[in-house]
Amino acid sequence: MSYLINSSEILQTIEMIDQQHLDVRTVTMGINLLDCADRDMDVCCRRVYDKICTLADKLVETGCAIEREFGIPIVNKRISVSPISLVAAACEQDDYVPLAKTLDKAAKAVGVNFIGGFSALAHKGFTKSDLRLINSIPRALTETELVCSSVNVASTRAGINMDAVALMGRIVRQTADIDPMGCAKLVVFANAVEDNPFMAGAFHGVGEPECVINVGVSGPGVVAHALKACKGEPFDVVAETVKKTAFKITRMGQLVAQEASRRLGVPFGVVDLSLAPTPAVGDSVAEILEIMGLEKCGGHGTTAALALLNDAVKKGGVMASSHVGGLSGAFIPVSEDAGMISAVECGALSIDKLEAMTCVCSVGLDMIAVPGDTAEEVISAIIADEAAIGMVNNKTTAVRLIPAKGKTVGDRIDFGGLLGSAPVMPLRSGSPAEFVARGGRIPAPLHSLKN
Amino acid sequence: MKAIVSVFAKDSKGITAYVTTLLAENEINILDISQTLMQEYFAMIMLVDLADCKLPFDALSQQLKDKGMERGLDIHVQRQDIFEAMHRI
Repeated sequence: MSYLINSSEILQTIEMIDQQHLDVRTVTMGINLLDCADRDMDVCCRRVYDKICTLADKLVETGCAIEREFGIPIVNKRISVSPISLVAAACEQDDYVPLAKTLDKAAKAVGVNFIGGFSALAHKGFTKSDLRLINSIPRALTETELVCSSVNVASTRAGINMDAVALMGRIVRQTADIDPMGCAKLVVFANAVEDNPFMAGAFHGVGEPECVINVGVSGPGVVAHALKACKGEPFDVVAETVKKTAFKITRMGQLVAQEASRRLGVPFGVVDLSLAPTPAVGDSVAEILEIMGLEKCGGHGTTAALALLNDAVKKGGVMASSHVGGLSGAFIPVSEDAGMISAVECGALSIDKLEAMTCVCSVGLDMIAVPGDTAEEVISAIIADEAAIGMVNNKTTAVRLIPAKGKTVGDRIDFGGLLGSAPVMPLRSGSPAEFVARGGRIPAPLHSLKN
Repeated sequence: MKAIVSVFAKDSKGITAYVTTLLAENEINILDISQTLMQEYFAMIMLVDLADCKLPFDALSQQLKDKGMERGLDIHVQRQDIFEAMHRI
């Protein structure tokens, strides 16, 4: 076909969308709420509600219009806001649940499916407001539907705030005791990024503009399909194939990001180059690793395969977008990936292997169900291990664990929708209680001193 | 605005005539057309110009979809930009 595009390319794009689950995973509007602060919680809540409803009024409508015109699904339209511990710092009230409810109400009013930013940055220590926010998390997440929360407990520059690690173990435990679903909306970070469009860890960082559009692309199914065609080829060919595919996926994300930014009159921030799986068959990161030649994800070789995948996705995507940011890497959430679930169920994938995998991909121990009676100090110790990986390797790591109330190893917990379902995984025995109880800070590593 | 109209169906007589008539009724100019048979399936791709189209994009997309379904055709219309973005640097 003339006009530069040939019909095989058009068919390839259509096939990617129709059969390989290609989509734009999220268009996320970041909104600064720092100017909504007030001593009176009611006034603060009103300002927050009005500001979100004004700026995001057309977000969903615009997303849907782009979706129809380009024929590319945009699965989620979401909002991230300034960390609420900063917004609410001036309030004379200890309980931040009203703000969470306000965010929930605003999210429902504008029609987004998640709002992130009920967050605190406590990697070096707590402000009074950080503590008030963290203590409000169990109720905030169980009394709202769409609010997501995150707490940064470590960074390469500051080290690990072990008091925050201990506290977050308790908060995860308390949230799970009310409703395990609340824990699916809570992420504990090391080196959290300010422009992540993906939930549950999205918040609008303090270095960000007033309002911004960030886009998260996806497409494990497309990568899997492309790799099936290079069976038996050396890794050089595998890496090249992933790069080329990632380039195409990202170009589409960039187009959607620019179009959304133009139509909404909001600056474009970044495209996040992440391979985000869904529970749908054929949309799995684990499947990609298996196509590379592993009998089952989680076996020996998995970390190397994931390292190659993660790197090639970035290399392919980076030229396709004018600004790359966010988390940018492969996600390995257990409950949201049919291949991961199957690998856990057949005993191939353990929490230890998942921890090793987080050294070479973008996030961490994500959407992992653990026994309902897991002690808070064990959760804290898991968080500390992940934070150490993030701190030492200069990368973002996160923990999103779900203690499955009343369930034990071998049971399954269902979250519904994109969050999927997860088999309860066994943990190591041996109590870390004395270790966690020490508190204080683990100092930043030597290589944090770069200046 | 330029768009790509793609039609997929089991091959039968008169598909091209049917679809091009639909387009003509809406004042849509066909700039280029290509069709192939993949096994017994028929795939037609057209580059069209929507400058004189009477309907807004959404309505056109819906109408083509509905009219296509009446004859067992899967018709999509997408802005050309997405294909250019994906396949051209």
